[in-house]
Amino acid sequence: MSILLVAEHDNAVIKSVTLNTVAAASAIGGDIDILVAGSNCGGAAEAAAKIAGISKVLVADNVAYEHQLAENMSLLVAELGKGYSHILVAATTTGKNFAPRVAALLDVEQISEIISVESADTFTRPIYAGNCIATVQSGDAIKVITVRGTAFDPVAADGGSAAVEAVASAHDAGNSTFVSEELAKSDRPELTSAEIVVSGGRGMQNGENFEMLYTLADKLGAGVGASRAAVDAGFVPNDMQVGQTGKIVAPDLYIAVGISGAIQHLAGMKDSKVIVAINKDEDAPIFQVADYGLVADLFNAVPELNGAV
Amino acid sequence: MKVLVAVKRVVDYNVKVRPKADGSGADLANVKMSLNPFCEIAVEEAVRLKEKGIATEIVVVSLGEKSSQEQIRTALALGADRGILVETSEELQSLAVAKLLKAIVDKEQPQLVILGKQAIDSDNNQTGQMLAALAGLPQGTFASEVVVDGDKVSVTREVDGGAQTVGLTLPAIVTTDLRLNEPRYASLPNIMKAKKKPMEVITPEELGVSVASNVKTLSVAPPAERSAGIIVESVDQLVDKLKNEAKVI
Repeated sequence: MSILLVAEHDNAVIKSVTLNTVAAASAIGGDIDILVAGSNCGGAAEAAAKIAGISKVLVADNVAYEHQLAENMSLLVAELGKGYSHILVAATTTGKNFAPRVAALLDVEQISEIISVESADTFTRPIYAGNCIATVQSGDAIKVITVRGTAFDPVAADGGSAAVEAVASAHDAGNSTFVSEELAKSDRPELTSAEIVVSGGRGMQNGENFEMLYTLADKLGAGVGASRAAVDAGFVPNDMQVGQTGKIVAPDLYIAVGISGAIQHLAGMKDSKVIVAINKDEDAPIFQVADYGLVADLFNAVPELNGAV
Repeated sequence: MKVLVAVKRVVDYNVKVRPKADGSGADLANVKMSLNPFCEIAVEEAVRLKEKGIATEIVVVSLGEKSSQEQIRTALALGADRGILVETSEELQSLAVAKLLKAIVDKEQPQLVILGKQAIDSDNNQTGQMLAALAGLPQGTFASEVVVDGDKVSVTREVDGGAQTVGLTLPAIVTTDLRLNEPRYASLPNIMKAKKKPMEVITPEELGVSVASNVKTLSVAPPAERSAGIIVESVDQLVDKLKNEAKVI
């Protein structure tokens, strides 16, 4: 068995979800090669070589891969992936964008968002917003898999010394271009890797009221999320959305404020270690998954909490 | 230009699905079925393009059992012009769906194909990307804004860190995210009119596509249950519990 793992990075550094993906690869077993495809991505390649358990780092350093456009990435990964039994990619918006293209080019299925490895060909994955867990077996010669990072504990970012090999292939499909990006600037930890997450829902009433959650988050060193209802209502941007169709988080502590707990939201956070719910409606379904529930008006409770932590 | 929209019949988003007692699948007996929410957004986007005078015809396609005609009719009531049902009783995996859609794309030659980013039953998030790869077309996935300009389309995408805009050459594939638009409700007159709109029914065999898959579902189980927690009386008690019992702050 041999695994090609595509690193998630920004050319300079490897993103932490890559370490969780390596953990999933280790559970499958066999040699793990890691592909760093980008432009001027020497920094990321160097960091990849240090990850524990990696056999070889393949570096495709070309302007065509600068923004990891799916059209170009998929041609590269499908070409390199032909020699492997598994291709693993983190289930991030970048990975979800190109991995299904790779699978189609190789004429195989993709197994999406696995949460456990049962054997080299059998995996579990959530379906129906996490209300069911399916065990699926793939008979494809090459298994293309996206990995839910929060389901696997990260491997060590250092301790390895893998060989680094340059890949010459430059694929430019020529039908797509990067125009611009607007990335949210925040000093707070990234939602999917934060140890504590504070989230607000429709009960926050407006975007301004999220300020008190930011205050709480900064006191706790937490990331800030939101329910789909809060995003739909325009309180906060979509990149804060936690849920079935947003981000999946599993922090040590998740504080849900003014969130009723629709199944779509629970799908994104119910694997958190400790869940706190603050809601004035004692019948809100969020209390059914909360370790600690506080039935209170959030406009009193959150300022009080801010004073107490 | 012609716009093709692919739609899926799925369990309604309000239904809490449970596994069957024998673990052979999800229990969907007598549950409400609906148009997948992301597909509804895809239909709405196509209708808006038509209202802007950019789209000239909207073809809506669904794949599955005969009952999927209901969802095609819903899309027709929302403003699509005609429907195609690829009828099969086989349970289709994403690759087979993408291959069938590729055959429809070859036949219909649309300039733009709009799909939902994911179906809320299998939660795969694959089909649009696979179709794009098979057809050799560019893709704008997880779209929050679609702007067609001549033979190009600019797509703003919801990405983990914020938003990304890509420029694609038409024909292209777009998959929808939640904030792209707010779908309208079908009016009663439009629901009546939709019944008269044309609907073609074809089979995978007629399209020359094999729907076999190498992936099988061995079992479907409920997720691990969380044990019920406690209700605290005050913020002070909450902080005390978090510090001294759970030890997370």
